[in-house]
Amino acid sequence: MGDVILQINDLTVEFNMYDGRFSRAPLRVIDALSMTVRAGEVLAVAGSSGSGKSLLAHAILGLLPGNASAGGEMLFKGEPLTPERIRKLRGSEIALVPQSVSYLDPLMRVGAQVAGADRSGGAKLAMKSIFERFALSEETERLYPFQLSGGMARRVLVSTAAISGAELIIADEPTPGMTLEQAVEALRVFRELADEGRAVVLITHDVDLACAFADRIAVFYAGTTVETASAEEFRAGESALRHPYSRALWRALPQNGFEPIPGRQPYAGSLPDGCLFAPRCPMATDECRSGRIPMRELRGGEVRCIHAT
Amino acid sequence: MSRTAIEIKTKLLLKKSAGYLLRAVTLLIAVSIAAFALVSVSPVDPVQQYVLAAGGVSAEQRAELEEYWGVNDPPVQRYVNWLASLLHGELGDSLIYRRPVADIVAERFLNSLALMGLSWVMSGVIGFVLGCIMGAKRGKLADRVLKKLCLVLSSLPTFWVGLIFLMVFSVQLGWFPVGFSTPIGALSSEVTVLQRLHHMILPAFTLSFVSFASIALHTREKLIAALESDYALFARARGESERSVIMRHGLRNIMLPAVTLQFASFSELFGGSVFVENVFSYQGLGSAVAEAGLNSDVPLLLAVTLVSALFVFAGNAVADAIYGIVDPRVREGADG
Repeated sequence: MGDVILQINDLTVEFNMYDGRFSRAPLRVIDALSMTVRAGEVLAVAGSSGSGKSLLAHAILGLLPGNASAGGEMLFKGEPLTPERIRKLRGSEIALVPQSVSYLDPLMRVGAQVAGADRSGGAKLAMKSIFERFALSEETERLYPFQLSGGMARRVLVSTAAISGAELIIADEPTPGMTLEQAVEALRVFRELADEGRAVVLITHDVDLACAFADRIAVFYAGTTVETASAEEFRAGESALRHPYSRALWRALPQNGFEPIPGRQPYAGSLPDGCLFAPRCPMATDECRSGRIPMRELRGGEVRCIHAT
Repeated sequence: MSRTAIEIKTKLLLKKSAGYLLRAVTLLIAVSIAAFALVSVSPVDPVQQYVLAAGGVSAEQRAELEEYWGVNDPPVQRYVNWLASLLHGELGDSLIYRRPVADIVAERFLNSLALMGLSWVMSGVIGFVLGCIMGAKRGKLADRVLKKLCLVLSSLPTFWVGLIFLMVFSVQLGWFPVGFSTPIGALSSEVTVLQRLHHMILPAFTLSFVSFASIALHTREKLIAALESDYALFARARGESERSVIMRHGLRNIMLPAVTLQFASFSELFGGSVFVENVFSYQGLGSAVAEAGLNSDVPLLLAVTLVSALFVFAGNAVADAIYGIVDPRVREGADG
């Protein structure tokens, strides 16, 4: 196993919301989140929309909006990620692959954006070889973002991460809007980048694709991780999984019965006391509702459930 | 570019120009009808004005004058007559100046153009720079102070600002002349460019006061939106500094709307110039239109109305055309 590149301990992200006219109340959207990513592995962070996954990406990069603040501890290669440090690491050692083409400057040619503010010839040369690798023609450099097709835009966005030589790549929902072939192609690129020795955090809601390309999967629910399991365990099926939500997620996949989970994910601000999943959990007991459940090690993975075996 | 592509571009250009021309002509017709109708129903009476000026006119002479000017013809016929002479390039004689309207308008328009041009550039540059400073320092002290200042400035009436400037800079400090576009008593052939400029600075500054605060506030909003956009976030994620994000991405994305807004502001500019030229007794179109209205000088009033309509239309047309030339989404989108 490779070195630990990123370690997150008890991350919280809060928004300052105006509550009524005068009072301000913090709204906690990510709570007690912990995870570890090693060099050479793809860690998928899987969960449904609106669970705060994108904020996790922005929090790691120190790019939360002005009214949000992060707490807890983040370590990059063993040293704390302070605001000053993250500013130096962004784009060189930690790279973001954003969700959509709207993250490209609409009025700047693609080549200028991929090569970056660095005007040296080296960046341009590197871009040419990366574009070749991603089967982007030379004309692509001179196009504006609105002229890119969906698949091209995706490859351009990935190429910005590849060109940076970053050791940690955070991909935020890189596959929506793509055909299955394009999505597989995109994820293959991330797999390759990981196999070259980088650490990849793949934020996605597509559990199937995550199973096929990731090494481990962190299941994200209502602002925190409820289980970390290996991709094999996800492929093996329900019984290999630990948390009732992970199992429900597995059963909801089309090939596994397409069975929806009753109820809905609680909103930040109206979270239940105790286990976040308790209101929807068939195994829930009074004990589950009495306090926050800590993460614990179980069968080589991690789970946030007192009943899991 | 291939030969056919050039042909297509030329064709497109011709088509666009023809479209603008058609719109200009229909606009002028509509404006002239509206202006003519308003003058017809207003108490403006050129005969009365003439009689007052000449003095001691008998009832018969008055009737003859009315006959001569066709005052008693139906309005539609009067309009058709006026339009016919307009198409022959004949704008008539001004009643207050006893000179051809075309000469007066040409002379006054040049004066106004210089004044409005100077103020336009000043308000655009000052407004844009202030807006960029506020946007870059959003939420900080400099932004909060400048923003409040801009809000106050944009709610000040132009003529009042003009009067204050006159009192402070012309009367008390004596830096600028108290009025007119040239030194009093000087022959127009003897007036130097420097003297004209000296007379123009204070009115131009007053006129730019009307708009630079709103331009600054607008630029601020646009820059803040750009700096909070997805592409700015991604630029930061790629390691660009805040300064680089503003210079490389912010300015690029707010420049085009700023320039087009500036061209589209010709109507406010002209409206403001009416106040400013009157306060400073500046000999431009704005003061001409006030004199023409107050003294029932119908030919001059109508001519100034048409010229100002054309002026505002030109500004809007340029604003519209710039998008097609500068914005790649419009420019290169049209090719495919």
